[in-house]
Amino acid sequence: MFVLGALAWAATPAAAQKKPVSKARSAAKPAAAAIPAASLALGKTLYVQNCLSCHQADGGGVDRINAPLTKTTWVLGDKAPLVKVLLNGMQGVEIDGERYANVMPAFDYLTDQQLADVLTYVRNSFGNKASAVKATEVKAVRAANKK
Amino acid sequence: MKSATSRYLLLSTAVIGSLSLFALKNEDKIVADADNAGLKLPAGFGALKVADTGTRARHITVTPQGTIFVKLNRPTKEGQGILQLREGGTGKASVVAGFGNYGGTGIYSTKDYLYASSDEEVFRYKLNAKGEVTNPTQPEKVITGLLNRQQHESKSITLDQAGNIYVNVGAYANSCQVKDRQKGSMGRPNCPILDSAGGIWQFRADKLNQTYGDGTRYATGLRNVVGLDWNAQSNQLFVMQHGRDQLHDNFPELYDTKESAELPAECLYALNKGDNAGWPYTYFDPAKNKIMVSPEYGGDGKKVSTGSYLAPAMAYPAHTAPNALLFYTGTMFPEKYRNGAFIAFHGSWNRAPEPQKGYYVVFQPFKNGKPSGPYEVFADNFAGTPEKANAGRPDHKPCGLAQGTDGSLYVTDDKAGSIYRIVYAKK
Ligand code: HEC
Repeated sequence: MFVLGALAWAATPAAAQKKPVSKARSAAKPAAAAIPAASLALGKTLYVQNCLSCHQADGGGVDRINAPLTKTTWVLGDKAPLVKVLLNGMQGVEIDGERYANVMPAFDYLTDQQLADVLTYVRNSFGNKASAVKATEVKAVRAANKK
Repeated sequence: MKSATSRYLLLSTAVIGSLSLFALKNEDKIVADADNAGLKLPAGFGALKVADTGTRARHITVTPQGTIFVKLNRPTKEGQGILQLREGGTGKASVVAGFGNYGGTGIYSTKDYLYASSDEEVFRYKLNAKGEVTNPTQPEKVITGLLNRQQHESKSITLDQAGNIYVNVGAYANSCQVKDRQKGSMGRPNCPILDSAGGIWQFRADKLNQTYGDGTRYATGLRNVVGLDWNAQSNQLFVMQHGRDQLHDNFPELYDTKESAELPAECLYALNKGDNAGWPYTYFDPAKNKIMVSPEYGGDGKKVSTGSYLAPAMAYPAHTAPNALLFYTGTMFPEKYRNGAFIAFHGSWNRAPEPQKGYYVVFQPFKNGKPSGPYEVFADNFAGTPEKANAGRPDHKPCGLAQGTDGSLYVTDDKAGSIYRIVYAKK
């Protein structure tokens, strides 16, 4: 219907915490490139260590406290704003029509590769299907993120 | 409990129709659901679902005239943040009015006034002789300008018998770290949050437009209180604190995930004016039965606090989120429940990866205005199944408690919006 597929990863320097353009549907199309298994495995370990206590084992979050990671606009949308959520943390932003009371802390101390792995895992778990995040992509966002 | 006359009336009203229902007294017609509304209760008790509102039903109050008001976390599409319910024939109720275009948690009623809170203000509405609100669109503003920074935003309220109202202002942080909830981040010295949050504030219940300066910081060092009630026997305010989260996440070298799931206890405090319960500097370890130094303030999981902080009156499983506290003064339930406390535990999230817990209403026996003996789980299975509870995916989350005029116990649920009523039926 809509030709959104072409709007894949574009290094738009989106403002921090700017709501990503909704591309959930397009991103849900089978990603062209296969998802590296090593990245998924490392990503899972990182998720359990750093994210599970808030976003829960099933990625469903906690009602009105911690946002879900299941097919949200952020998880399936542009990668730059998604990477920035992890670099800067997030608070008080409405997500798909719902508000969450808790704070998402910053994970800027994780390496580019670790952030890429955990986001690749999130984007391909909990019912999500989206392209992998590469360390080079995280690196570019991190560089642009610095003031 | 039912007299022959009331049974006869019950039958006849079923035939005549709903118009004559108001001739009946409440206690004459309540019928528990065949499945006790899915709840597990002690022998002799029954439960019915009074209503399925489909809303985020937070706290609830029943006026002395028997009118039910429920505060919603966010207003309905019609802009109603408070629902008024009326019960029909067998105790099933329908929403008869709605007003108050603001979300929030707190609601409390006296014979003359209905008090309700948004996350920043407290309003009151005049009640008429029938317990109906006379000024739904023009409430009086009792308190204004309370801090709301998303985290722990609920402004729960209760009144004493001397014309004071008590309001919780939750701390907008987990443990007053320099970087909130970030791994390894240490505590801010002389935690500045405590100036205007992290405690209970006392105001006059009949003065309007009060702000912080008009009130008193009644007690401090309380991270977040959602359930609170005045104990008329000891003439004292009791509160349930939500204990801090994430000991393992933030200090993995000091706490493993199992310790983090069991620490700290959710605590009941008996407050006196000026008390300090220790947040963020300390937390309560129920196994050691000690007030411990928080890792953000130099603790290591073993260091016992030497500060003079208020000790809890009772401790409950960690992270289970006590959202309502109610002293039971009715006569419907057996003698042992009189003047004891019911506590609604909303249920945990911060016990992961360990199984989640809560989603029940607990009974805490009291003697002479003090907790006495172990608590018992009174109403269980709001979750639906043990698996749903363990996974933190319950069907219902108990959030508010109120005592009916007949002594029955109302419970709200802010997940699916069910309103429960628990009755005692044994002869
Ligand atoms: C302390 C709890 C907490 C931790 C730990 C946490 N988050 Fe979050 N996260 C949140 C909250 C709360 C929000 C919503 C913030 C808002 O609404 O402004 C959120 C939002 C997000 C979002 C964007 C919104 C959405 O739901 O799609 C993503 C993506 C995300 N988190 C991923 C992660 C990942 C990956 C980790 C681990 C590296 C992590 N989070 C760790 C609490 C947490």
